[in-house]
Amino acid sequence: MAVEGIGARALRKEDKRFITGKGRYTDDMTMPGMGFAAFVRSPHAHAKVTGIDASAALAMPGVDAVLTGDQLIGDGIGNLICGWMIHSKDGSPMKMGGWRALEPEIVRHVGQAVAVVVADTQAQARDAADAVVVDYEELPAVIDPLAALEPGAPQLHPEAEGNLIYDWEIGDEAATNAAFEKAAHVTRMEIHNNRLVPNAMEPRAALAGYDAAEEHYTLYTTSQNPHVARLVLSAFYNVAPEHKLRVIAPDVGGGFGSKIYIYPEEMVCLWASKRVGRPVKWVSDRTEAFLTDAHGRDHRSEAELALDADNRILGFRVKTVANLGAYMSLFSSSVPTYLYATLLSGQYDIPAIHANVKTVYTNTTPVDAYRGAGRPEATYLLERVMETAAREVGLSPAEFRRKNFIRTFPHQTPVIMCYDAGNYDATLDAALKAADYDGFAARKAEAASRGKLRGIGLSCYIEACGIAPSAAVGSLGAGVGLWESAEVRVNPVGTIEVLTGSHSHGQGHETTFAQLISERFGLDTDAVSIVHGDTDKVQFGMGTYGSRSGAVGMSAIVKALDKVEAKAKKIAAHLMEAAEGDIQIEGGELKVAGTDKKLSFTEVALAAYTAHNLPEGMEPGLKEGAFYDPTNFTFPAGTYVCEVEVDPDTGKTEVVSFVAADDFGNIINPMIVEGQVHGGITQGIGQALLENASYDENGQLLTASYMDYCMPRADDVPSYQLSTHVTECPGNPLGMKGCGEAGAIGSPPAVINAITDAIGNNGLSMPASPEKVWALCQAGMRQAAE
Amino acid sequence: MYETNYHRAGSVAEAAEKMAGADDGKFLGGGQTLLPTMKQRLAAPSDLIDVTKIAEMKGICADGDGVSIGAATTHAEVAGSDLVKQTLPGLASLAGGIGDPAVRHMGTIGGSIANNDPAADYPAALVALGATVITSKRELAAEDFFTGMFETALEDDEVVVSVKFPGAAASAYAKYPNPASRYAMAGVFVAKGKDGGVKVAVTGAGQDGVFRMSAMETALAGNFSPDAVAGIAPNADDLLSDLHGSAAYRANLVTVMAKRAIAAAG
Repeated sequence: MAVEGIGARALRKEDKRFITGKGRYTDDMTMPGMGFAAFVRSPHAHAKVTGIDASAALAMPGVDAVLTGDQLIGDGIGNLICGWMIHSKDGSPMKMGGWRALEPEIVRHVGQAVAVVVADTQAQARDAADAVVVDYEELPAVIDPLAALEPGAPQLHPEAEGNLIYDWEIGDEAATNAAFEKAAHVTRMEIHNNRLVPNAMEPRAALAGYDAAEEHYTLYTTSQNPHVARLVLSAFYNVAPEHKLRVIAPDVGGGFGSKIYIYPEEMVCLWASKRVGRPVKWVSDRTEAFLTDAHGRDHRSEAELALDADNRILGFRVKTVANLGAYMSLFSSSVPTYLYATLLSGQYDIPAIHANVKTVYTNTTPVDAYRGAGRPEATYLLERVMETAAREVGLSPAEFRRKNFIRTFPHQTPVIMCYDAGNYDATLDAALKAADYDGFAARKAEAASRGKLRGIGLSCYIEACGIAPSAAVGSLGAGVGLWESAEVRVNPVGTIEVLTGSHSHGQGHETTFAQLISERFGLDTDAVSIVHGDTDKVQFGMGTYGSRSGAVGMSAIVKALDKVEAKAKKIAAHLMEAAEGDIQIEGGELKVAGTDKKLSFTEVALAAYTAHNLPEGMEPGLKEGAFYDPTNFTFPAGTYVCEVEVDPDTGKTEVVSFVAADDFGNIINPMIVEGQVHGGITQGIGQALLENASYDENGQLLTASYMDYCMPRADDVPSYQLSTHVTECPGNPLGMKGCGEAGAIGSPPAVINAITDAIGNNGLSMPASPEKVWALCQAGMRQAAE
Repeated sequence: MYETNYHRAGSVAEAAEKMAGADDGKFLGGGQTLLPTMKQRLAAPSDLIDVTKIAEMKGICADGDGVSIGAATTHAEVAGSDLVKQTLPGLASLAGGIGDPAVRHMGTIGGSIANNDPAADYPAALVALGATVITSKRELAAEDFFTGMFETALEDDEVVVSVKFPGAAASAYAKYPNPASRYAMAGVFVAKGKDGGVKVAVTGAGQDGVFRMSAMETALAGNFSPDAVAGIAPNADDLLSDLHGSAAYRANLVTVMAKRAIAAAG
């Protein structure tokens, strides 16, 4: 390795172990004497549990125990919770139904756990789980969120009358209505944002052990935020006191949000480890992952955009019904509210916005944040409407957007957010140029000569990352603060450990974070280790989600580095008998400006620890910690241009080109950022073309394996054309905005706008399956013939 | 996966003997369907009798003007065979488009046809080319071998030994894959015999598995061109309908794939 500072395309330090099979994931961990858990799950979407007979299972070889919800409740284990309070527009708090980790009375979705078997081997546990006889009395189920709100619909929770969790609003309704009254043109659309299954490569897993002598628990788990897991497990679930619980999230193989939450299975393993008296391991299989990992999206919306005679936007009015599934997952309430409706202004100067959001219980898997979390839903809604409005009024979609761009900053939107910086013309211009937008007509004609329908679509997205000042999110209902912490520990030999509360589940923190130190002290990145994912090692942390590890996590590191640097300079000044202000750090050395006097970083570190000659009153050591609380959200933005060719004979869409021009603020490692954008766009194309969690009317998940749930593959996507355009974020010391979710946020509307352009029919919903597209092509041909 | 007993048979006779001795045995080819099914605990054979190491069931050789392919021959071997490519290019291209490289290097022709998945590719080739299935007990015409969805004429203790394909003047296969599983939603194999007769067989779309499109065959007999079948589609009432495609959509795909196969066959 080498000195690779900010801006270097440093190769990922962690890849050596990942690509040689040496990563250490939860399932790689063992504890002496461990047993294996297998869950007994409901085959019904809605049913009363009338009896559980474990006698046959208990008699099977290797079986230690069969535990049920009654025992869980008897041991005082608490319900799973949603940690973000939302109030309805009438002021009433959201209606949270009880969620038990093992359900003793009424199951509310297929796959919900009712019992757990612990046995010597995984096979024995599974065999025994099959032998647990559960009697159910089926109840009518409701799957569709709109149907769930109808009078007479099956009721899920007594706490939530009519299955309504909250009826929330944002913005000025009267002002918005007034804008529509004076509108010269109104564009109206119904928009469905399809339900997705996260599908991290590594399924969830847990290994829990209880030390009876110390009354201490250890939990290895697949978590994006091990400290939050520990806090929730102790403070709310009452499994173990915080100081007697160590949570370790080792290497984590993807999450996309789904590993933020504290699920029943992990909690049950922890509880069972004490109850059974042996460590307990559970590894989700792929079917369990489909049925129990929190799903994403699932919005039904009506949107209306009001324009004046000059095609400037006067107002935006939105009604959304969001399906939260059978239970309120940890952050589920915040996704369709503060992570969604606060972004409805997009990149545009919109004087009046009003959004009403109802969230609903249905007999489906719980829904929570999934890559983008609310922002993809907002972007899809707004950018489909913008493209449609442009077509309706006969303007180029690019120019219609440009006409309505925000150009002065800071800009206060009508929906809470105050955008701090941006240059939307720059990313639009760059994207149009890269896509050769002006040359599209010729490409369309050429495609037509081959019998293909070619279309082009835009999406100008904005999102909010680095969530957010703790006091601000607290006032909006968050149960936690959203700061981050860091500790920079310089060893006596001058190597450095950075302990961070961020936790990589694939983002490359070990590389990017090391580049910060390399930049600051001129040290080799190999001299830096990043320590994360262990509550016994790292002071505290809020974890990795919402594209926050750069803007928030690295800002905390910068604050700690500032303190280390100041102390190192004091020591160096003392040792070299110079003024502190004259000390400069360069190339791993502390130098006295204008002289040839210098000390290596190692010499200064050693001096700090020998403490033989420190300034009067200075404590020994060179180790500093910091907490960083953001001052605002950050606002990455950009323009995506998608070009497709549709085969009218089969309805198959080929994405032939995809251009992304992003503004992520300053960038530490462009290669890693490009990787994030590639992955995000691919997920977005997946949502637009391929992915859909589909239930039948009885609540059976039809797409519960890769035979039916279609993940994007390499041959489904083109080679992407990327560029970045920097406006620095004024809110944090590195000027960074975040890049982890942008691709997934910005891309779906670009794809659908391109297909609807190609086929000349706007009535297309995601995913744009070949059959749907074919049917619209057929309808178009019939129309043309008439 | 439930517990099972694994046996490796050295000869066709030994395979039959092991099967006779098993409680609820299954012959194991490349295992590309059976093993995932077992892993999902949806199948629990007491015994697996692996037939892929039986010498007489392996390899590809010329047989008259056609080719004979051992049942334990992998899709990759068929796709890569110069003999198959020269004799029956449609068959080689079909084999090269099954699943993904891992599947093609494990899955076998015998395993595929014995399973008779309605969305598998091989049945269309066997029927359109008029192949003969040689089993441990008898010889069966392909159309008599495939009897319905996941159903064949095979008896429980009968194993496919090889498949004999006659030569053809032209052959080609076109399929529209299910976006998720990449199995055929409609796969059409078109074969023009050396006698000039045309056969068209469809997989992936039919409720009873592979079927012939006689209306297309008649049309093509006089005019072997894509246009000849442009207006011909199967009756949607007889077709599969699922999450990925309605019967009407599949009917359309059969026509489109037939046109593409004919164009490829030249």
